[in-house]
Amino acid sequence: MAGKSVRRMSHPPGSLHQVPGSSASEVLVRAHGLTKRFGNFTAVDGIDFDLYRGEAFGFLGPNGAGKSSTMRMIGCVSPPTSGELTILGLDPVRDGSAIRARLGVVPQEDTLDVELTVRENLLVYGRYFGLSRRVIRERTEALLDFVQLTDRAKDKVDPLSGGLKRRLTIARSLINEPEILLLDEPTTGLDPQARHVVWDRLFRLKQRGVTLILTTHYMDEAEQLCDRLAVMDHGTFAAAGSPRELIREYCSPEVLELRFDPELHDTAADKLEDFPAERMEVLADRILLYVTDGDEALALVRAIGLDPLTSLVRRGTLEDVFLRLTGRRLED
Amino acid sequence: MTWAAFRCWLTVYRRIWRSSVWSSVLGPVFYLGAMGLGLGSLVDKHGTASLGGVSYLAFVAPAILASGAMNTGMSEASWPVFGSLKWNKIYIGAQASPLRPEDIFRGHLMFMAMRLAMNAAVTIAFMWAFGAVRSAWVVLAWPVAVLTGLAFAAPIAAYAVLMRNEMSFVYIFRFGLMPLMLFSGTFFPLSQLPGWLRPVAYATPLWHGVVLCRALSLGESLGLFGTLGHVAYLAVLASIGIWAGGRAYRRRLYV
Repeated sequence: MAGKSVRRMSHPPGSLHQVPGSSASEVLVRAHGLTKRFGNFTAVDGIDFDLYRGEAFGFLGPNGAGKSSTMRMIGCVSPPTSGELTILGLDPVRDGSAIRARLGVVPQEDTLDVELTVRENLLVYGRYFGLSRRVIRERTEALLDFVQLTDRAKDKVDPLSGGLKRRLTIARSLINEPEILLLDEPTTGLDPQARHVVWDRLFRLKQRGVTLILTTHYMDEAEQLCDRLAVMDHGTFAAAGSPRELIREYCSPEVLELRFDPELHDTAADKLEDFPAERMEVLADRILLYVTDGDEALALVRAIGLDPLTSLVRRGTLEDVFLRLTGRRLED
Repeated sequence: MTWAAFRCWLTVYRRIWRSSVWSSVLGPVFYLGAMGLGLGSLVDKHGTASLGGVSYLAFVAPAILASGAMNTGMSEASWPVFGSLKWNKIYIGAQASPLRPEDIFRGHLMFMAMRLAMNAAVTIAFMWAFGAVRSAWVVLAWPVAVLTGLAFAAPIAAYAVLMRNEMSFVYIFRFGLMPLMLFSGTFFPLSQLPGWLRPVAYATPLWHGVVLCRALSLGESLGLFGTLGHVAYLAVLASIGIWAGGRAYRRRLYV
């Protein structure tokens, strides 16, 4: 899918050390020069960020960008190679247990015990946190109600669908009433209905004041859930900011997608070389023009004698930002 | 915190105990019946002087107890440990809680000790029912069997948690467990082995477990130093395993 891309804008990556307008409050996670190496491979390469109480923060990036490594370090199950990391004001290496007691973790792959029932999974997990049976029982009822699994409480986990398992994993991660919830690709592999249910529940958690930190490679998920995002690539931040800021900075208000007869594709691309767009991208099958006004641009395209087979005017999206920053290469 | 991890295994076990009961009960019954009574009736006809003058059943029963503990220790520390990382991911789930890798390890080891104690108790009960027990000291063979099992379980768990694929177990079972089972004075006295092979048997942990269990079941004295020596050997091996296990779990879980 490699297409040559013509880049006319260049912005420095945004800084994440700025207090976002709405939640100018307590810093829960602070990273400075955070680095993680596995042998010669550098998974996370000196990133800086502050995460604030009550916000939803997303790490976006292609596979292998360093998102999960970052999450594991925040989850205190992976000691940083170098740099500083403070979580809830504590040191993850020295105070790992104390920090984890206040975190909830929804891992990428479900780690539910499929031989146990829904309720037993919550019981066992609550026990890990040293909660009493009575407390666990009370919370279990509320949590199962929250993720709408009450009627499956006595069922074994094994036959549950992917969406139900995910909801159970979320319920389980909340058993200790965490201040921060870490979600590693929370909806990967779920069908659209199940994803929307998960998003709805996560949104409610955020409304209750739980800080959400998530990784995703779904742009709609990032747009739905996150107040702020960091686009990661090769272990560093390619850009950071709110979804709106990122679109404003790295994309144009509108995108004109043109499709030509394959025979004329290259000629059309040459002709458009000097087109007054913010940026042009030539893909194998389409040409994308990043412009302020799509209809106006389309009229101009016709005016210079090009006749596309199909054309589409749409708004600039986070997906455009993502593809621009991380490239259109195919990775693992 | 170790306790919290142990209770997790108890909860799991409540679901799966039925299948394990069969192996716990039938294992000793088969061995005591086939080896003790079946093979024993042949052996006893030819005189048992080399067995110390006791019946073959009485000779072999405590060895079945000790080698059964080895078997339980090995099987509880191999697949379940590997599976807790790779298959059901119990460790990965537990890791996100306040439990540290050492707690997760010790909690699982505590569960293994419980399984060892259950199986050993069942075996001793059957030994008694088969008339293979000669002394009340046999009650002390119970903790000795658990210790023997732990001397295997702890180091194997430390190894299993670092394993990348499950083939290694096949080697352990085929080239480790089988020879130990056969050549540790279990089914015949070490005096029947060629002289050069005996030191090898002395070095294996199972032999120490067998000697201790046999002495306790037959009511024979090993002397204070003999007894302490055998116990110390097993205890040191178990301790090394517990130390190594904590480190191995941390290395594997905290990457």
